[in-house]
This record gives sequence, C-alpha cells and structure tokens, in this order.
Amino acid sequence: MRGIGAQFRNIVRRYSIASYTGKQNANGKFTVPIIEGDGIGPEISAAVKKIFGAANAPIEWVPVDVTPSIVDGVQVFPKRTVDLINEHKVALKGPLATPIGKGHVSLNLTLRRTFNLFANVRPCKSIEGYNTAYSGVNTVLIRENTEGEYSGIEHAISPGVIQSIKLITAKASERVCEYAFNYANEIGKKKVLVVHKASVMKLGDGLFVSSAEKIAKKFPNIELCYELIDNTCLKMVQDPSYYEDFVMVMPNLYGDIMSDLCSGLIGGLGLTPSGNMGIDVSIFEAVHGSAPDIAGKNMANPTALLLSSVMMLRYMNLPEYADKIEKAVLETLASGKDNITKDLKGNATTEKFTSEVISRL
Amino acid sequence: MLRLTSPIRTSSTLSAALTTKRSVHFAGYGGRTEVTLIPGDGIGNAAAQSVKSIFKAQNVPVDFDEIHVTGLGKSQEPPKEYFEAIKSLKRTKVGLKGIIYTPVTAHGHPSFNVQLRKDLDVFAAVSLYRSLPGVNTRHKDVDFVIVRENTEGEYSGLETRPVPGVVESLKITSESVVERLARFAYDFAKANGLGSVTAVHKANIMKKGDGLFKNTIARVGEELYPEISSNSVIVDNCAMQVVSNSQQYKVLVTPNLYGNILSNIGAGLVGGPGVVPGVSIGREYAVFEPGCRHVGLSLTDKGTANPTATILSSVMMLRHIGLDRDAEAIARAVYTTLAEQKVATPDIGGTSTTVEFTNEVIRKLETVQ
Repeated sequence: MRGIGAQFRNIVRRYSIASYTGKQNANGKFTVPIIEGDGIGPEISAAVKKIFGAANAPIEWVPVDVTPSIVDGVQVFPKRTVDLINEHKVALKGPLATPIGKGHVSLNLTLRRTFNLFANVRPCKSIEGYNTAYSGVNTVLIRENTEGEYSGIEHAISPGVIQSIKLITAKASERVCEYAFNYANEIGKKKVLVVHKASVMKLGDGLFVSSAEKIAKKFPNIELCYELIDNTCLKMVQDPSYYEDFVMVMPNLYGDIMSDLCSGLIGGLGLTPSGNMGIDVSIFEAVHGSAPDIAGKNMANPTALLLSSVMMLRYMNLPEYADKIEKAVLETLASGKDNITKDLKGNATTEKFTSEVISRL
Repeated sequence: MLRLTSPIRTSSTLSAALTTKRSVHFAGYGGRTEVTLIPGDGIGNAAAQSVKSIFKAQNVPVDFDEIHVTGLGKSQEPPKEYFEAIKSLKRTKVGLKGIIYTPVTAHGHPSFNVQLRKDLDVFAAVSLYRSLPGVNTRHKDVDFVIVRENTEGEYSGLETRPVPGVVESLKITSESVVERLARFAYDFAKANGLGSVTAVHKANIMKKGDGLFKNTIARVGEELYPEISSNSVIVDNCAMQVVSNSQQYKVLVTPNLYGNILSNIGAGLVGGPGVVPGVSIGREYAVFEPGCRHVGLSLTDKGTANPTATILSSVMMLRHIGLDRDAEAIARAVYTTLAEQKVATPDIGGTSTTVEFTNEVIRKLETVQ
C-alpha cells in the first residue's frame, strides 16, 4: 500500500512541484506555523492575525521559535519548529535580524537549507495610493534559491587572491525552471523569460539556459524567451510594463538584484510579498528588515507581510479569502494619508491601518 | 600628479583625471595626436562616422588610425584586425572604441571586448550617468559615476564542468587589482570634486571574495584619502536605491558583474545606452568607449543610431589628451542640440537620423559659443 502511495505522490509531484499538501485539523482549519520575527515582527504579525480573524480565514496560527543552536558545527533550528513546519507544510515569517559580518550564517539561508526552499517568488505590482516614478508595474520574478553565486564555496588560492565559485547544476536549474513554467500556467501568463549572462559565463549560465529549453518542451502552450541581464536591467527601469506578459526566472544573484530592483520601482520592500517554495514546504515572508528603531512604537507597516500571507492563502487553495483580504489591503492603501503608515508618507499607526483594513473586509 | 579638469568643463564629461601626464607619451607629431579608432559592430560605424565629421568640422588636431574589428565571425579566435588594433593601441596609448559583438551561445567565441581590456590591462571602467537637458526620463537630477573593475571577477572566463550537469564558474577577486581600482576611484573623486566613494558588494554572502573587495576599498580610503568619505552598500539594496534615490551616490565602485548590472540600470535612468559616455583606463592605456556597452546590432545601418555616447566619450578623450578647448566646444554643441529637442534620434523620443543629429551638432559648433 505504502509503495503505491509513494509512487502516486511522485507522479503528482512530478507534474506540480511545490504544491500544498497540508491537511485541515479537527475544527476544519489549517494550521500555519508563524515565525513572528524580530523588531517590528511581532507587531506586524499581530496585525495579520487580527485581519485574518476578522476575515474568518480558516487558519490557526502556531507561533514557533527559530532561535538557532549549533549542533555538530551546523546551525539548526529547534526540533519542535522544524517538525511543526514539516507537518503543516507551510509557514509565515516576519523579518529576522541577522548579525552582519560576524561569520554567522544568516537565518534566512538556514531556513532555505533546512526546508529545501529552492525557488523564491517575488511579484511586484504598483500600489495605488503610493506614487513613484513608475505606474502600472506588474512583474513576477522567480529566483533560483539554492546555489549559483550563493554556494558559499570560496578559497584563498594565494595570499590576497580569492576564488569564489558559482555553482550551477542541471538539477536545480531544471527544478526552478519547471516551477516557473507551472507558475506561469497557474497565473495565466503565456511567456517565461530566462534572464542570464551566458555571453560571459558561457558554461554556467549556458547550463541554466539549456535547462530551461529542456523543460520548455513539456509546456508547449508557453513561450520560452531569453534576455541578457543587461537588457533586462535597462528596459526594466525604462519601461517595466514590457515585463507584464512574462514570468521571469533567473539564477540566484541576478534574482536577488532584480527582485529588489523591481521592489524599488513600486516603493520598496515594505510593499512587496515574497514566497519561498520548496518541494514539500513553502514559507511566505516579508523580505524587509526588522527595523529595530521603530519596534514597539506602533508605526510599522504590515503591508508586505499581509500581501505575503495573501500569497500563502492562494498557495493553500483558499483564493476567496486571499481575494477578500488583498482587496481590503489595497483599498486601504489607496484611501488616503490618514489610513497609511509613516513609511508611505501617511500618518496612521499600525493599529489604525489594521482596523481600516478590517473595516473594508 | 592628477590633471584637474578645466574650469569650463561641463560635468557630464568629467575628465577621467587619469594618468600622470609625464609618464604617457601620446603618438603623433606637429601638434597632432594619433588615436586608434575601433568602430566596432552594430551602431559602431555610424557613431564613429559622426565623431569623425564633428572632429573635422571643429578642426580637432587628432588623426585616427582606424581598424575594423568585428565579432560577427565564427572563429573562436579574434580576427587578425584585433591584433592590429592592440598593436596600434600600444603605440598610440589612446583609443576610441565601439562595442564588438559577442554571441550569447555556449559555443560562441568569448568576448573580444573583455579580451582587449585584459590585454591592455585597462582595469577601471568609468561611466557617467547624468540627466541630460532635453532627454525626458522618469528620473530627474541623476548624477553619479560608476567605476567598475574591468579585468577579473565573474569575467575571469574560468569555468569547469567536473561532471555532466554541473558547472563551476570562478569569480576571482585579488587584493592588488582591487587596490589599484580603489586608488583610481578615490583619485577620480578627488579630481572631480565628488566627495564620496561607495563600494558595492555582496559580502554578506561572498564573505571572502566580496569581503576582500569591500575591505580593500575601505582600507585604501582610510589610509590614503581621509578627505573623501567612504562607505559601502550591498548590491541588491544598491539596485533598489538607484531606481528610487540615486542622488545619494557620487561614485559607485564595483566588481565587474555588479558594474555591468548597475551601468544598465543607470543608463535606463538617464535615457538609454545611447547617451552614456565612458572609458576603460589603466596605468598606460585609455580606451574610450560607450559607458553602457550595448552593441545595437539591430540598429546596424538603419541610420537612426544615437551617436551621443560615442561623441561624449570622444570629448572625454580630448580632455585626456589635453585638448580641453575642443572638448568643451563639442560638449556644448551636443548639449545645446539635445536641449533644443528639435533634432533627436528615436531612442530619446525624436525622429531624426544619425546624420541629421551630427549635422545639427556641427551647426551648433559654429553658432554656440
């Protein structure tokens, strides 16, 4: 029996990697572990919980702790946390403070490794009510999340000369490209755009490109396009509307830079959701910092975490709640200075913003 | 011994403030200077022709040694003209260059542009991003400089395939290379009155490689240039800051790949690769080329290429060889033409051809003082 089950699961998995397999609990609700995070994390998490409660979303939150410990020289999370997230297949995460330059592996990196989160999904959409130099931005970017320039393999080959290795494998490249094609199908986009620099890194980025070509054969309804990162950067800042038709997919570093660039177009990380997709587990997070300077002052903007939680609801096949909450958030953001937080040049507190969202549900 | 810029300069063509004048003897005689001209592929010929016409109209005492190097051939090796060009550059010490085509495929030849920069050891690529009057963009008052490491980093060209389906690409960061880049960047900032230098890195991930880059820039600044403020920014954050608030930066000093990415973002802010001048410069040689290196293959022989980037690069070149008066006249003519918006190429919203634009600049040379 077990054999058949596993076989079946493999077939399902082969055709839609990174899909939600969590189960409802006895109350008919889905349990979601939440990592509230540091700094403003607890405040914005509270806002999300409150809004989800008011929207009657069938979610039961379990706060989990990610204070790491070192076991056999490797940074690990508490067992309870890992077990809970593995059991429920999903988590929501606030900002974590990583000490910079002290030799720590960042907690984000540890999370990615612990749960094999291989793809980072970053949609960016212009927010009505917050004007930037750009309007009508609507991009989706998928970043390979496990290797590339972030392999962490570096040596001093002679004093003063460092060699950093960018690792590209067919396996990881195909996996992220397959996810990108699936995602394009899901959200109804007709083209996948591979962003690369194969003119210079002919083998490495070349392998990424050929992996995409291989996967593209499985998706005849979706067009595969290529672009040098030079051109993507250039066009993205000149006319981002060009990228509306595409799902972009790219190696780690390019994805890191381009996703922040896209966020910059619409007003920064405080407005952009993010999902880290794994084979079994996916974690949705706010990618902005923990802003310790305004922590506890009722000033934080929960938008990014809210929009991430909306992404999470869609991933959990609860689109009706996702739509409801997203609509309320966007309407609140567009409703004027009195209802938005200070970082968006408004004058509302976190609580005021939260209650405005709830009133629009 | 840095040469300061002429007081009448227009800052879009900041003097590259470069080599010691004593150590470099430019080629030429009778008060004329010889310059190697490599038009390149794509829009290269049209842009080079534009510069030649303008130099002729202005009676600039420069003679071009013109060599056509193309990357459109199938061979893995550079064509013989490439070696002629290197020989010529070694003699003249100064070049004006377009971009040579590089195929994107894994089997195509490596970039001859990169090879040229390595062969001549022109280790610093300077490119200037400044909002131009008459060029309408979303961003106003952009004004910063990128100094990009030009010889190693991700462009080392070292890649291995230990087993099928796995590739390792090596990024090389060496202290000596970063140190001379740092000195150049601070010298440049000092000579052009730009008070701060910002190192762009990803040292939180590439702790050793980018860590070395970041720390070396900081150390050189601290030890030798206390009057210039030195800071650093992580590359992804930098990309985000540049599109929302680029005014916080004066000089960005970057490893090779980040420089490539940021130069394209910068070009997008000010009107595209057609208006960004630049130079690749080393201890001995200076190759002036568009700062945002797009070959523009689709625009070949269309007659609509924007020659501004190449003209402004040639203006930087004139300052480099000490012809400030001509540099100023040409720069002023270009800016006036752009500001009037009557004659503009399609990339910046006009309908004019390259030749019409060039002729208008020449007309301005006569009328604008």
